[in-house]
Amino acid sequence: MSETMADLVACEDVLMFVNAAITSTGQEEFHDGGGGQRLSLAFLHAYMLANYRELYAAVLALDVNDHNAAMIVRNLLVHAADAGGPDRRRAEGRLIAARLEALPPQRVLRLFRDLRRAGVNNRRTRAILRDWMAARPDPAFVSVKYRGAVRDAVRHAHLRVDPELGDFLFAPRARTSFPTPMFETWRRAHYEQAALYELPYTVAEGFAAKHRIPRQVFLERIEPRMTRLERLRLQANAGEHKAGSVRTDLSAMPLTRLASYVLALPLDERAERREELTTALRAAARRTAGSAAGRWGRVTAVLDDSYSTTGSGQKRRRPLAVALACHHLLRVLATRYTPLWCSGRSDALLLYPYGPTPLGERILDALDTGADPPPDRLVIVSDGWDNAPPGLAAEVLRVWRARLDPDRRVAITHLNPVYDAGGYDVRRLAPTVPTVGIRDAEDLPTLVELARFAEGRAGIEDVRAYLGERVARFTGGA
Amino acid sequence: MPSLSLAGLATGPAQAWGSVRLVPLLRDEPVPHLRLHRRVYRDPSIVEVGDGTVYTSFIPHAFVATWQDGDGPAASYGTRLLDKDDAGTGPARMPIRVRRRMARRVARDRLRFLPLHLAVEGYLALHFGGPEIAWEEWSRRALDRGLSPRCEESYLGLHVQGLEDALGVFEIHPGQCGVMIYVADALAGAFVVPHPDDYRALHATLVEDLYGERIYQYGLLRPPLDGMLVRIDDTRVRTPRDLRAEAARFQAEWARFHDEVMAGGLFDPDGTYQEVQYLNGFTLGRFLPSFALRRENHIGEAVTDGEGRIAYLKSFRLSDGQVHRGHLLTRLAAHGWRLADAAPALGTDAAGLALRLERSGFGYLLRQDVLDHYRAQARARSQARARARR
Repeated sequence: MSETMADLVACEDVLMFVNAAITSTGQEEFHDGGGGQRLSLAFLHAYMLANYRELYAAVLALDVNDHNAAMIVRNLLVHAADAGGPDRRRAEGRLIAARLEALPPQRVLRLFRDLRRAGVNNRRTRAILRDWMAARPDPAFVSVKYRGAVRDAVRHAHLRVDPELGDFLFAPRARTSFPTPMFETWRRAHYEQAALYELPYTVAEGFAAKHRIPRQVFLERIEPRMTRLERLRLQANAGEHKAGSVRTDLSAMPLTRLASYVLALPLDERAERREELTTALRAAARRTAGSAAGRWGRVTAVLDDSYSTTGSGQKRRRPLAVALACHHLLRVLATRYTPLWCSGRSDALLLYPYGPTPLGERILDALDTGADPPPDRLVIVSDGWDNAPPGLAAEVLRVWRARLDPDRRVAITHLNPVYDAGGYDVRRLAPTVPTVGIRDAEDLPTLVELARFAEGRAGIEDVRAYLGERVARFTGGA
Repeated sequence: MPSLSLAGLATGPAQAWGSVRLVPLLRDEPVPHLRLHRRVYRDPSIVEVGDGTVYTSFIPHAFVATWQDGDGPAASYGTRLLDKDDAGTGPARMPIRVRRRMARRVARDRLRFLPLHLAVEGYLALHFGGPEIAWEEWSRRALDRGLSPRCEESYLGLHVQGLEDALGVFEIHPGQCGVMIYVADALAGAFVVPHPDDYRALHATLVEDLYGERIYQYGLLRPPLDGMLVRIDDTRVRTPRDLRAEAARFQAEWARFHDEVMAGGLFDPDGTYQEVQYLNGFTLGRFLPSFALRRENHIGEAVTDGEGRIAYLKSFRLSDGQVHRGHLLTRLAAHGWRLADAAPALGTDAAGLALRLERSGFGYLLRQDVLDHYRAQARARSQARARARR
């Protein structure tokens, strides 16, 4: 394989962008303001679009976060004319359609509104909008729940909709009844209190305010209509209003979300509900691991719970939640698992951000196992701000690779949940150790797969092949 | 100066952000029987000095030191303070003495003092009385009123570029009882408290403290700070145990380097130390440097226990102008305020010294005709020199 300088640069650029697109949500982080994050991210997107359009589109098939997925789709549609030949267009269109299908509807509708505001109304945009609307399994539900956004989208793309939906969106008072039950309920809810309890929660909330229904009564009766997240979000609020029936079933929650929830609880409550919370976390981890459980051999994890894992006002304790979720997932994946928290604490349920980040020391603890053989795999989950003392982690990892383990018996991976806006990448620990961004612990197995490219030993052709395979899986499965 | 030292405080690994480097100071165990708290003032404070004079200032916060007899847990004092602390119900506001008006006993086991004001006051009061002997050069005003009014300028921590962010992202160590603040690797100030909980509570107050002009300027320069990262000599590593030993050795070397080189200028061995207040086994005092030119000069205040260990410390780095003024005043005082005697010690003659005094803002101390005479002399001399060069 002939590797030119351009290939190496391309490979690095793509990985850098993937890391950014997985971790950054354009929100404030512990060390960066939201403005800096957005600026830095916008630059990376513009750079990728101009230089590697094909790869840029292919990134939609990876586990990038929704914010970046929407940004990619938007950029592709804004610059639709530069897509290239018909094959390329078709491939891009398939990717966009598959990704929009995976995005939550409110995100997609917000994207459509963005496109409208930007004055983007090319044929592809209209076609994509039309197909997305046509593919809704429950168009009435979406139309009621996001009526304003759907109306904007329909108007923007000049969609032909059936007369009833048209009336619902644009002239609801023109009719005295709707044949579709959802629309009819919505119409009746304007006058009749009982009707609003059959509407989606966010819509019903507005009607409840209009009818001056007491919060407690409203929460009790609307409870069956809430989505899982709404229920989770309102559980504490409902408790204040003594509406005890709003209770989330923790057993069905995704792992990282659950970890975030646990870390948001006061320590006393966590201690009281220890049994329930631990069971839920372990169950979620087992569900996520699936058939890979117990296949990773001996694993040691160095997990960051320093003060910087507080995150920010917008991403509260997100880095710590990711570390906690990884902790539970790795426990399931490994045959023998050793967690090492930075602060030295061992009770994973009662964690809170505290103290400095002695990553170097913990990595030493992980590798210097005395008489026991070192682990098969070392996973480090940290934002990369190694400060006690600064740079020790890099030196330990360098010397370990150079002097003590030149054959790479221990596979070391660094997972970083925080995008560093100034560096246009996630912060690395050492050049010899691959660093990849992580947003949800659920993606951990695929990210560790991606990490081999970050090691600098794979070329752009490998990256292309990998992306091609992911794209085929992604668009084929959708 | 009695040997003030940072004994008992271990130097931790530094954290850098922008041009600010923060070095944590750690204690194995807190100093018993003394706690510090913060009291926030929202209105300008008026301090009665006692003789009818009133001192008015805006003071963002004050520290309250509490102590106790016996061996009970010191930590329980945190809340007791605040409930009956109002001016109305509290003990009468009275200063101990005129000189000590910045430190005030609020109750039998409690002392309120304004952070750094004690130290700054010590500096401002330097030879405040003016000439002790009425040599003919000194003006009427200098003899009557001394150096009053005397003012100095300093900068609020919020105005030091990057300091607020650096304190915000700093990760406090367990057991941390103090911090050394460096801006562009120049020591800006040291801060030590008796108990880690006090430090945690008072960490954020560091942005409301005073900093010298030089620190403010260094903040604006914003040189990138790296270096001082760990370097391990990998030829000496054969086993993981060696690696650990090398890491420990690096940490010890860094701590020694910091204590000897970076923080070496904090306590001036030729400086002076003045005890201000005794509080049940502890001593509150302030220290002044020797005002040697072209080196670091820190003024500060400290609470020490019976064995001389530092329980509380706060320091302020003087700017060059402030050092110059202090230098002039101390040398003058040392020579009995006689210009002709002091001038040789400062490497000049009486005329040169008079003009230096004027440049330092002390022109009002000299009689106008004397000053004019020296000015004329200097002018004539420079003209003669210019002619000779031609």
